[in-house]
Amino acid sequence: MRNALLAGTFVALACGCSGWFVVLRAQVFAGDALSHVAFPGALAAAAAGIDERVGLFAATVLVGSGIGLLGLGGGGSGPTRASGVRGSAAQDTAIGIVFMFVLGLGVFFLTLFGMSAGGGAGIQAAHTLFGSIYGLGAGEARVAAAVALAATVGTLAIARPLLFVSLAADVAAARGVPARALSVGFLALLGVVAAGATQAVGALLLLGLLTGPAAAAHRLTGRPYAGIALAGALAVGAMWGGLALSYAVPRLPPSTAIVALAVGVYAVAALVDTWTRRQSRSSEAHGETSSSARPSPVDATTTIAT
Amino acid sequence: MRAGVAEPTLTWNLARDTSEVLKYHFMVNALLAGTIVAAMAGLLGWFMVLRRQTFAGHTLAMMAFPGATGAALIGVAAAWGYFVFCGAGALAIGWLAGGRTRSWSEQSAGIGVVQALALALGFLFVSLYGGVLGDLENLLFGTFLGVSDGQVLALAVLAAGSLIALAALGRPLLFASVDPDLAGARGVPVRGLSIVFLGLLGLAVAATSQITGVLLVFALLVAPAATAQALTTRPGPSLALTVAIGVAIVWVGLGIAYFSAYPAGFYVASIAFALYMLARAWVWVRGVHSSQRRAAPGVEPEMGAGPPAEGVIA
Repeated sequence: MRNALLAGTFVALACGCSGWFVVLRAQVFAGDALSHVAFPGALAAAAAGIDERVGLFAATVLVGSGIGLLGLGGGGSGPTRASGVRGSAAQDTAIGIVFMFVLGLGVFFLTLFGMSAGGGAGIQAAHTLFGSIYGLGAGEARVAAAVALAATVGTLAIARPLLFVSLAADVAAARGVPARALSVGFLALLGVVAAGATQAVGALLLLGLLTGPAAAAHRLTGRPYAGIALAGALAVGAMWGGLALSYAVPRLPPSTAIVALAVGVYAVAALVDTWTRRQSRSSEAHGETSSSARPSPVDATTTIAT
Repeated sequence: MRAGVAEPTLTWNLARDTSEVLKYHFMVNALLAGTIVAAMAGLLGWFMVLRRQTFAGHTLAMMAFPGATGAALIGVAAAWGYFVFCGAGALAIGWLAGGRTRSWSEQSAGIGVVQALALALGFLFVSLYGGVLGDLENLLFGTFLGVSDGQVLALAVLAAGSLIALAALGRPLLFASVDPDLAGARGVPVRGLSIVFLGLLGLAVAATSQITGVLLVFALLVAPAATAQALTTRPGPSLALTVAIGVAIVWVGLGIAYFSAYPAGFYVASIAFALYMLARAWVWVRGVHSSQRRAAPGVEPEMGAGPPAEGVIA
C-alpha cells in the first residue's frame, strides 16, 4: 500500500501537469496513442528477452517524437495545413496511422512471444494493459516515482516557452522560440510520462488521469500557472481517493476507482462552469445596475470550487 | 481445420495458390466478409478522415470493451452490449463535441474523458465477472477464420443499410464537413448530421472489428482514406480509390495470413501502413519536382493542378 501511494502520487502529479498542456494543445489523441503504444513496446522487449521497462520507454519516446515529426511534416493536403489549432487537427490522421501500425507490430510480437514462452503472454499483456499498482515492489515504486518526478520537473522547465508556442505560435516563431523542437520535445516527454504511468494505472486507464483533471482545470480557471497547479492537485486527489475507495471496497479495482474519480472531477467542473456562465448571462440580461456588483466568472468559479 | 491437409506453402505459381486458398469454405467466407467490411469502413472512414474525427472513431472502437464485458456480465450476446455502448458513446461525443462554439482542444478533451470512462467501466465489468473472458483476445485482435454464412449475411445487410443512409446524407454531410459555418448558415443541420454520422461510424467500427479486432480497425478505417486523400482532392475519385485500396489490403492480407503463422491483423496493418507511406513519399517527390520546375526561369507555373474540394461542391 505504501509503495502504491508513493508511485501513485508522483505519477498522478506528472500526469496532471503535462496533461494540462496536452489539453491546451489538443493532443489528447497523441497521449492516448502513446499509452497504447507502451503495450507493443513491452511485448517487443519481452520477446527479445530484455527488461520490459526498457522496451516501454523506448517505444513511447520513439513514437512520441515520430508523431511530432510526421504531424509537422504536413498532414494531408490543402487548407488544414495552416497553423496552430488546425495543425493539431491535421495530426489526427498521422497519429491514427502510426498508432495502427505499432499495434499491428504488437500483435506480431504477441504471437512471437506466445510461441517462445507459452501461456505467460496473456497475463503479461493484461498487466501492461490494466496496470498492477498493488503489485509494485519497493524498488519499482521508487523508480516510477523518480521518473515521474523528473518528467514533472521537465514539464515545468519548458512550461514558459511551451505556453508561448501553444498560444501564439506565429509570434513565438518570430521571437526565435524553437517551436518545432519544443513540440517534438514535449511529445517525447509525454512518452516518458505515459511509460511511467503505464506501470501504475495501466496503458488503457492512463488516459483518464491525463485528461480528466486537466480538462477540469481548464474549465475552472483561465490562468495558466494556477491551471497547471490545479490539474496536478486534482490528479493527486483522484489517485488518493481512488486508492482509498478501492481499499474500502475490495471488489472495486483501483484503476477503475481512480479513473472514475478523475472523470467525476471533470463532470463536476463542467457543470459548475456551465452554471456560472448561465448565471452571469442571466444577470447581464436582467439589468445594467448590477453589473458592477457581479463577480467575474473566474472569481465565481474559484469561490465555488473552494 | 487444416488438419489432415499438408501444411500450406506459398509457391511461385500464383494461380495455384489462389485456387488453393479458395478451396476452403471458411476462406471464401473470410474474403467475402473482408470485402464487405473494407467497402463500408472505407466509405465511412473517408468522411471520418475528412472531418478529422479519427480520435472519435478510436473511442467508438474502444466502446466494444465495456460493451462485450457488460454483456457477458448480464448474460446476453456481446453484440447487444456493443451496440448499446456504441450508441451511448456516439451520443455523448456528439453532445460534448458537437457544438460549433466548442474549441478543438475542448472537443479532444471531451472525447478523451468519454473514452477513459468507458475503459474504466469495462475493467470494472471484467473484475465483477470474475471469470476468464476467453473472447478478450479475439475482441482485441479479431478472428476472421470462423466467419459463418449467417455472419456474412448480417454484415451484408448492415453494410447495405449504412451505405444507403450514407448515400442519402452524402451531399449535406460533405458540405457540413468541409465548411461547417457556411453549411450552418445555409440551414444544414450541422449538429444533427454530426450525431447521425457518429452513429453510422459506430456501426462501421463494429463490423470492422469483427475482422481486424478492436485495436486494428484503423487499418481499414483510416489508412485507405488517408492514402486516397493524399493522392487526390476530388471527392468522387478519392472515394472510389479508398474502397479499392481497402479491398486490396484485405485480400492481400488474408491471402498472406493463410500461408503464414502470424495473425492477419499484422499483415493488414503493415500493408496499409506501407501504402500510406508510399503515397506520402509520392506526394513529396511530386511536390519537390513541381517546385523545382517553378523555380526554373521561363517555365510557366501550373495553375490549379487540382481543384480544391470546396470548388466542386459549391
